[in-house]
Amino acid sequence: MSTNRGLVAHHFEDIEQQRDVEAFGMWMFLATEILIFGAVFTAYTVYRLRYAADFEAASSKLNVLIGSINTIVLLTSSLTMVLAVHATRAGRPKMLMICLLLTIFFGLTFFGFKAVEYYEDYEEALVPGLRFDPGEWAERSPPANAGHVQLMLVFYYIMTGLHAVHMIVGIGLLTWLVYRARRGTLTPARYMAVEVVGLYWHFVDIVWIFLLPLLYLAGTHRASDLHF
Amino acid sequence: MSDAIVRGFVPQAKARPPRTPETHYLNVEYGVKSWLLTTDHKRIAILYLIAVTALFLLGGAAATMIRLNLMTPRGELLPADTYNKLFSAHGIIMVWFFLVPVVPTVLGNFILPMMVGARDLAFPKLNLISWYIFTIGGIITLWAILAGGVDTGWTFYTPFSTKAARTNVIPTIIGIFISGFSSILTGLNFIATLHRMRAPGMTWTRMPLFLWSSYATSVILLLATPVLAMALILVGVERAWGIGIFDPDLGGDPILFQHLFWFYSHPVVYVMVLPAMGIVSEIITCFSRKPIFGYIFVAWASVGIAVLGFLVWAHHMFVAGQSVYSAQVFSALSYLVAVPSAIKVFNWTATLYKGSISFETPMLFALGFIALFTMGGLTGLMLAALGVDMHVHDTYFIIAHFHFIMVGGTVMAYMAGLHYWWPKMTGRMYSDFLSKLSALIIFVGFILTFLPQFVLGYLGMPRRYHVYPPEFQILNVMSSAGASILAVGYLLPLIYLIWSLFAGKAAGPNPWGATGLEWQTPSPPPPHNFDETPVVTSGPYEYATEEITDVH
Ligand SMILES: [Cu+2]
Repeated sequence: MSTNRGLVAHHFEDIEQQRDVEAFGMWMFLATEILIFGAVFTAYTVYRLRYAADFEAASSKLNVLIGSINTIVLLTSSLTMVLAVHATRAGRPKMLMICLLLTIFFGLTFFGFKAVEYYEDYEEALVPGLRFDPGEWAERSPPANAGHVQLMLVFYYIMTGLHAVHMIVGIGLLTWLVYRARRGTLTPARYMAVEVVGLYWHFVDIVWIFLLPLLYLAGTHRASDLHF
Repeated sequence: MSDAIVRGFVPQAKARPPRTPETHYLNVEYGVKSWLLTTDHKRIAILYLIAVTALFLLGGAAATMIRLNLMTPRGELLPADTYNKLFSAHGIIMVWFFLVPVVPTVLGNFILPMMVGARDLAFPKLNLISWYIFTIGGIITLWAILAGGVDTGWTFYTPFSTKAARTNVIPTIIGIFISGFSSILTGLNFIATLHRMRAPGMTWTRMPLFLWSSYATSVILLLATPVLAMALILVGVERAWGIGIFDPDLGGDPILFQHLFWFYSHPVVYVMVLPAMGIVSEIITCFSRKPIFGYIFVAWASVGIAVLGFLVWAHHMFVAGQSVYSAQVFSALSYLVAVPSAIKVFNWTATLYKGSISFETPMLFALGFIALFTMGGLTGLMLAALGVDMHVHDTYFIIAHFHFIMVGGTVMAYMAGLHYWWPKMTGRMYSDFLSKLSALIIFVGFILTFLPQFVLGYLGMPRRYHVYPPEFQILNVMSSAGASILAVGYLLPLIYLIWSLFAGKAAGPNPWGATGLEWQTPSPPPPHNFDETPVVTSGPYEYATEEITDVH
């Protein structure tokens, strides 16, 4: 509690310990997150192996173009997030602000595409319980089991939905960082908040990197299917 | 009260009559706001103590109704539906709102930072948030239970929970889901504290064993709870949407739910029992006046139990329709858990051997733990055997087994710990006579309640039924009679502990003459625990070893 008075909470010995603990805490939280997603990935994998053909048939109806564009959008947002961490540590408030706003922008862009995609899924009768046509699947050649297709689609909504919830939380955290950046409380000495939010943001991106092949790339897609 | 406990050891408290310090964490601030916005781990521990005690009484009330109903073979007291809701409420409240949180959040919160020589947990605000999350989850669950109830049992097996049940499944699940995050955050906080907040000189192998077991517990909380969260989300989605993952109509697999559920719910048994073992290690050494026998083995046994605990979940599903081969593997792995558990029991026994034992109240509870936990553990081995499990599956044998672990083990050790650290938490001594009496009553009441249930189960009485064949009545009446004794045993401490707050003698910093950093502060401790960060130069249980060698 000697140096950096005001920066260090009362229960820490020094700023190093405090920074150490903050990053460590986020890593542990991510461990929990991995198991949340791990549970649903496991359940998905069980059925994916059991009903391989039907899951592939359902997958090829998903909009792989939007899925891919969103992958690029999220990866770019990770880049701006890293630059935001760098800007904080380098003491460049203007760059920090731009990077934070860009990250938020890419996050919202993701949601824009995702909304279009969900709407299309609805139009194409891919929403079990709401708009779904079992007959259409039975008539395909080779025919697909409509029950298994619905199973796949339920997973699709749960997994992308859970990911979206994490994105919303992430955008909330970024907005909080923008507020702090405006007040000038993100400085080279106090960069941990940006660093920790960055860890979270990258994690949410990585989840999407897994979702893309699991959901969108499981089935085959023809070039004529690539549309918005 | 501790006149006769030591040979050759003079507690500091003896030098002058103990008195309570002028400023401590309890009186540094007053008012409801100072409590509800506190970030002091000791005050948060008290908040948890109040919450879990209230929930324990509610869960206990449900148990009382169950035992009253089972006094007669035809279950005249309650309709079948109400009975189903009561045993579900009992299980849900006791598992998620008492047994899982009780030791980490009450005793762990209070003692863990002091044991490592820190001023607080690594994330004090997060600690307070955990309490609010826990309380909100608890209120939602209680509301769901009181406004109509839920009848799925605490296990929420699909497809009953998703399709057939006509009760408050979703609100209950939401309450449990929310409270799960309090578990996760507590585990996270403890791990961060144990890794990064230890006082200078407090190496891993100088940590008291309670810290090792708390560490193992926290890892389980952190890694198992999210899987339950996901399983509950899937059940909730399926129930709300009317279409989902475990739905056999779509080719979904209800057994998959059981895998996800038990992946959490088996390890969580060790969340209940590991911290209990930690408490017992502290108390056995203190009241034997000896260092623990085989420190490093007891410490690593905690880690071993936590790791093995993640590999045995499907022993709950031997008759659920999984493959015979996987059942055999899970049976064998379940046997392995006995190894670290037995190491602990043997080492406690060896610590007692030629110790200078005094039978203070915490010690009575701790000895009770060893006896009951051993019986629960050995019957667990019987259940891990595939053939025996087929025979007694879903009978009262199971009920008796896990109550020996959870009530005979966890609750007994919690009582031990509460009596051990109560003088530290409050600065007051409780009635010696009444506390020893309650230890005795609880032990006798427990045996009478649950020993007959082993017999009932072996004879084939299924669990979860509100009626039974008349020939089982004698054993059931014995069990219900025992439960009423047990109830007295649990209510008694409520009275004398509260009484001690007003009329108890001042405890002084170290009434038991115990080692450990938490005893080097005044009782109750000051707000920041230590005026100077302590420096640790020796192991955790340096009890007058040279005196002991004189014996030989
Ligand atoms: Cu188990």
